[in-house]
Amino acid sequence: MPEPLLEVSDLHVTFETDDGPVRAVDGVSFTVMPGETLGVVGESGSGKSVSSLAIMGLLNRKQADVTGSIVFKGEDLLTLPNDEMRKIRGRQISMIFQDPMTSLHPFYRVGDQIAESIIEHESVSKGDAHKRAVEMLGTVNIPRPDQRAKQYPHEFSGGMRQRAMIAMALSLNPDLLIADEPTTALDVTVQAQILGLIDNLKDEFDTAVMIVTHDLGVVAEYCDNIQVMYAGRIVESGDTDDIYYGPHHPYTWGLLQSIPRMNETEDRLTPIKGLPPSLINLPDGCSFAPRCPYSFDRCIREEPELLPTDGHHADACFLPLEEKERVIREELRVRA
Amino acid sequence: MSAQTEAGAVPTSADRGTPLIRLTGVKKYFPVTQGLLIQHHVGDVHAVDGVDLEVYPGETVGLVGETGCGKSTLARVIMRLYDATEGTIEFDGRDITKLRRGELRELRRDMQMVFQDPYASLNPRKTVGSIVGEPFALHGTVEKNKRKPAVQELMELVGLNPEHYNRYPHEFSGGQRQRIGVARSLALRPRLIVADEPVSALDVSVQAQILNLLGDLQGEFNLTYLFIAHDLSVVKHVSDRVAVMYLGRIVETADGATLYRHPLHPYTGALLSAVPIPDPKLARERKHIVLEGDVPSPIDPPSGCRFHPRCPKTKQLARDAGLSEDSDPKCRNDDPRLEPFEDGQLAACHYPLEEPIIGSSAD
Repeated sequence: MPEPLLEVSDLHVTFETDDGPVRAVDGVSFTVMPGETLGVVGESGSGKSVSSLAIMGLLNRKQADVTGSIVFKGEDLLTLPNDEMRKIRGRQISMIFQDPMTSLHPFYRVGDQIAESIIEHESVSKGDAHKRAVEMLGTVNIPRPDQRAKQYPHEFSGGMRQRAMIAMALSLNPDLLIADEPTTALDVTVQAQILGLIDNLKDEFDTAVMIVTHDLGVVAEYCDNIQVMYAGRIVESGDTDDIYYGPHHPYTWGLLQSIPRMNETEDRLTPIKGLPPSLINLPDGCSFAPRCPYSFDRCIREEPELLPTDGHHADACFLPLEEKERVIREELRVRA
Repeated sequence: MSAQTEAGAVPTSADRGTPLIRLTGVKKYFPVTQGLLIQHHVGDVHAVDGVDLEVYPGETVGLVGETGCGKSTLARVIMRLYDATEGTIEFDGRDITKLRRGELRELRRDMQMVFQDPYASLNPRKTVGSIVGEPFALHGTVEKNKRKPAVQELMELVGLNPEHYNRYPHEFSGGQRQRIGVARSLALRPRLIVADEPVSALDVSVQAQILNLLGDLQGEFNLTYLFIAHDLSVVKHVSDRVAVMYLGRIVETADGATLYRHPLHPYTGALLSAVPIPDPKLARERKHIVLEGDVPSPIDPPSGCRFHPRCPKTKQLARDAGLSEDSDPKCRNDDPRLEPFEDGQLAACHYPLEEPIIGSSAD
């Protein structure tokens, strides 16, 4: 068994607000193996983005209270001083964000921005850094990269900006790439190009990838493992087949049932009733219980733990396994 | 909403009566100007460039396409928020292309719009009661003292708590705000609702709630929908017929199941091969048609078939024929028209696709 690249244990992130503490991430533990693609799926407010910001060390420690440990290649990132963290960020862990317009600086040429991050981390000449920036733009399939490098972000289309972000993120050959909703602002055709590109480059650069998304459809094709988050916790994790063909948590069922499917004609969708809870007053017991059609008295009293059922397929739900299997067989539209 | 239970038995235009909306050769150009003081007209953005479309009463027509294909502009032209540059728009047999303001206001009772962004489309300084009740005040359809119960009835209808009558939009979640938008659009009991990306800004679980709501309301009020979205799976779910738009034109129309089973236009094929499918095996099995490049500029659309610079099929044909150019001459020079195929499917392509994109192993 190889060493995990990233090991997050019992991560808590709490923001103090006037209305009380917001527990954005509430006890999350997971690992990322070298070269793995992990999908992190959840709705707005599930804590998926805050977890990735915590890994990147991008949460302001004055505003956010971060506890637990984030061990990356044997080092706990949470105990590192800021200047040490800067060496890791961008060099060994890099991130691409949802909106490529706001994450590129509008006043600087795209090539210069990519070169800047190379110069920041490596002792190379300006000319060499620039040459590498152009090369990277070519690697992410931007046509005429030498001319494009001289242009400003507003001269790029949305898809090309996201390619430029990927070029920047991979220019230092990081071990872990965190992609936070990388395609949400893009058209489906461009989305497919970008996801395909990340998938190809992942092998070429031997990088582990964490894709954060709200859409279970997006990650189906590319992920090895998936974890589903709800109200700051992981409620189910497993390999891709576990999650899509034998999901065990009612929230995952709800997510899968509410997506319209191209290959089926359903008269009605089955949405999850109600709304996600406020992270300030989480309900007692299981936080999904108030929206869960299968909840019973124990769910309201006790908080379920994330427990493995077989291998590494785990879920946080009190329903007996036979009942879950019955639901998968009789009520879900998944194929075996 | 989804009448696909009788898929294949799409009625012909003869037995569906008068279309509620009929567009003939509709074009909308936006002028491009240059110059500081004196604005010179240097060109046009061909946002909508010759669209023929019929929407029958009680039907849901889905309009799908990428950003910039002109789908939202078309919706606004139908709503008469923009004036068409050319072509005619008929509503229930009556030409509405050149109505005056007073007549237009009358018309708006019959056609209403639901917008994409539930944050931007509601006035933050007004209560839900006055937002939903405003159409009553504007059109004088409900007397002042009866407005509150009428609004509360609408709120109940769309699944909002009528006691929240005096709350402001910021007190509601995205899905609830979209319900407010739907309630407002229903206030005048319209016959047509144009929904422009009504669920794109919502989380999936909430998206399903709104789609179901729209379906229920259609049954209850015999509504006709023009449903615009970039997500083909959502469009296919809600629509009786789907129209695919590319660069200001409709390139293919068919019922959702046919479109999925056998798309004819290579662009539709590319959209299908890119749609996220929550089924890993099926997603990996399907054919991948990767489109190169971006959508060309609508200021100077390509000659011949507008899709030819990105079309994988014409490139294949040119390669097979050993041509030096990378497209077939017919695609480059001849603008294809929408032609009928089997089952009422229409496509504008010289060399339609022969095989399905997504395998049938899942069915």
